[in-house]
Amino acid sequence: MADTLLSLDDLAVHFTVGSALAGGIKTLKAVEGISLDVKPGECLGLVGESGCGKSTLALAIMGLIAPTRGRVALDGSDVKQRPRLETARTVQMVFQDPYASLNPRQTVRRTLADPLRLQGVGNKAEVDGRVMDMLAKVGLRPEHADRYPHEFSGGQRQRIGIARALILKPKLVICDEPVSALDVSIRAQIINLLLELKDEMGLSYIMISHDLGVVEHVSDRVAVMYLGRIVEQGGWQEIFENPRHPYTRALIAAIPDPFHRVDATANRTKAKGEIASALNPPSGCPFHPRCPIKADRCVSELPALEAVAPGHRAACHFRDRTV
Amino acid sequence: MTVPLLKVDELRIALAGDVIHNAVEEVSFEIGRGEAFGLVGESGCGKSITALAIMGLLRRPLSLAGGRIALDGQEIQDASPSEWRRLRGSRIAMIFQEPMTALNPLSPVGKQIAEMFVLHQGASWSEAMDRAEEALRQVRVPSPERRIRDYPHQLSGGMRQRVMIAIALACGPDLLIADEPTTALDVTVQSEIIDLMAELCAAKGTAILMISHDLGLVANMCRRVAVMYAGRIVESQPAGAIFATPRHPYTQGLVDSLPRLGERAKRGRQRLREISGVVPSIASYPAGCRFNPRCFAATDICRNTPPAQTPLPADGLVRCHHHG
Repeated sequence: MADTLLSLDDLAVHFTVGSALAGGIKTLKAVEGISLDVKPGECLGLVGESGCGKSTLALAIMGLIAPTRGRVALDGSDVKQRPRLETARTVQMVFQDPYASLNPRQTVRRTLADPLRLQGVGNKAEVDGRVMDMLAKVGLRPEHADRYPHEFSGGQRQRIGIARALILKPKLVICDEPVSALDVSIRAQIINLLLELKDEMGLSYIMISHDLGVVEHVSDRVAVMYLGRIVEQGGWQEIFENPRHPYTRALIAAIPDPFHRVDATANRTKAKGEIASALNPPSGCPFHPRCPIKADRCVSELPALEAVAPGHRAACHFRDRTV
Repeated sequence: MTVPLLKVDELRIALAGDVIHNAVEEVSFEIGRGEAFGLVGESGCGKSITALAIMGLLRRPLSLAGGRIALDGQEIQDASPSEWRRLRGSRIAMIFQEPMTALNPLSPVGKQIAEMFVLHQGASWSEAMDRAEEALRQVRVPSPERRIRDYPHQLSGGMRQRVMIAIALACGPDLLIADEPTTALDVTVQSEIIDLMAELCAAKGTAILMISHDLGLVANMCRRVAVMYAGRIVESQPAGAIFATPRHPYTQGLVDSLPRLGERAKRGRQRLREISGVVPSIASYPAGCRFNPRCFAATDICRNTPPAQTPLPADGLVRCHHHG
């Protein structure tokens, strides 16, 4: 058993967009030079705003998009070389929108049984048994098996989505914003369920979310992405208590927290403007147009992701400066 | 002095279907001049249609079934369509969750702002376009002289929402209704838009009715907050108090159920407190207190009798038989 379950080595995913006739062909660097490990039983929080490449990264890990450069290794072997069905037994995904990610014309039983059959579990009694087990694990009743998605509430649908991801007993589950489409009063139920199942089944998670409260609650380590790159990564406590990248500080400052009403430091650390287009990224540090502490060097020179403490790295020329 | 800017009294909104349901009932609140008031609740609780009622925009199958809406002491709920058109935009304005669907995709944004001055203030188009440019500058859109010719699809989400704010505030309304204005935006952009809205409204003395599912966001920017559940206001308190001493079990659940930044460092990872069950649909509101099937404190009286309002200090109220 390898001691890293997932290992990304200088992973890059580029897309070509446009056409030679209309404005020329451009390269969109959705994911650029990401190296990252996930250990068994670990939860990695992945944070970033829309357009930063989180979902492309997830698809590359699932083996659904071929990397332009670099390597995705699961259990020590390259995803490109692994048979598709074997990868599916190792990594599964829980999607954001439980309304869009379930087939409306399939019963819950069929949605859960199909992956098993595809993996060659032919015995009907065994398939049925595992479907029923899984339903019980996610807090649904046996009679729910023969209903269709529209008969469920949002929270219950997300339970079905989780059951579908876990039915093959994967080692790694990528949760892409698993609670942001749910009603506020339902979110705690789903977060508690995900954490319980993680312990019970010995899962690793990659938790993609823009909700820093959720990420802090569930993660062991956190990686912050901006325009396709990781700008900071470290243990959850370091990231939240001693963030070194101005973007991480801006994300934390942007959270409306009624217990810590907006104060002067928050305004100093807020980011200006919006994320740039990945088609036309800024020179030097990609965050510099929005950065409250930018200097001349940031416009010309791309900062490397370097250590600030053991296990804590930041890609900022001023990573040693604390606020 | 004592007349509030907006007074909503016993508002009832009916949803017609096979049977007529009350989507909103017994909703009363007041907003003072220049005050920021928050209305919080989950999807389907009736907060957005309450806003539509105040804008006179309820359309079939929804209709106003009872209650009074008074702006500056003057009842407006029975206003004629032409009176509504004069009110909307000039005295009450609204911004919506998704600016892409609220803006006209076929018209440059400058023209959409200028329209406000032409329609409500009788300005000429050339004067209105100059003022539109100034309005864009006020909402801090970079290079407004070029941006006024842009179409909505050429702007980012945050810029579009700035344009919406410019349109809404163009004629200096007394009340700005903001219905989930930042839900579609990224968090860093969200905080910029909220700051901008709060600053412009404070400068112009515009009152805000902020509608959101995010209790934290609302409590941060509003002075008073009302919480809605299944068509009724269940609690209303000053923003600080609603977090420090929530009195309704639903509000308590909302406050406790979300992981808060910094909690884990202080106390380690605690299991989140859940609110069991799901939000009831309008056709199956339970008898008695509508929260009773999900409430940890529910007793027989909760299942049979709808709780009356109990006044709290500082104009607050709670609607619970067992408010603590």
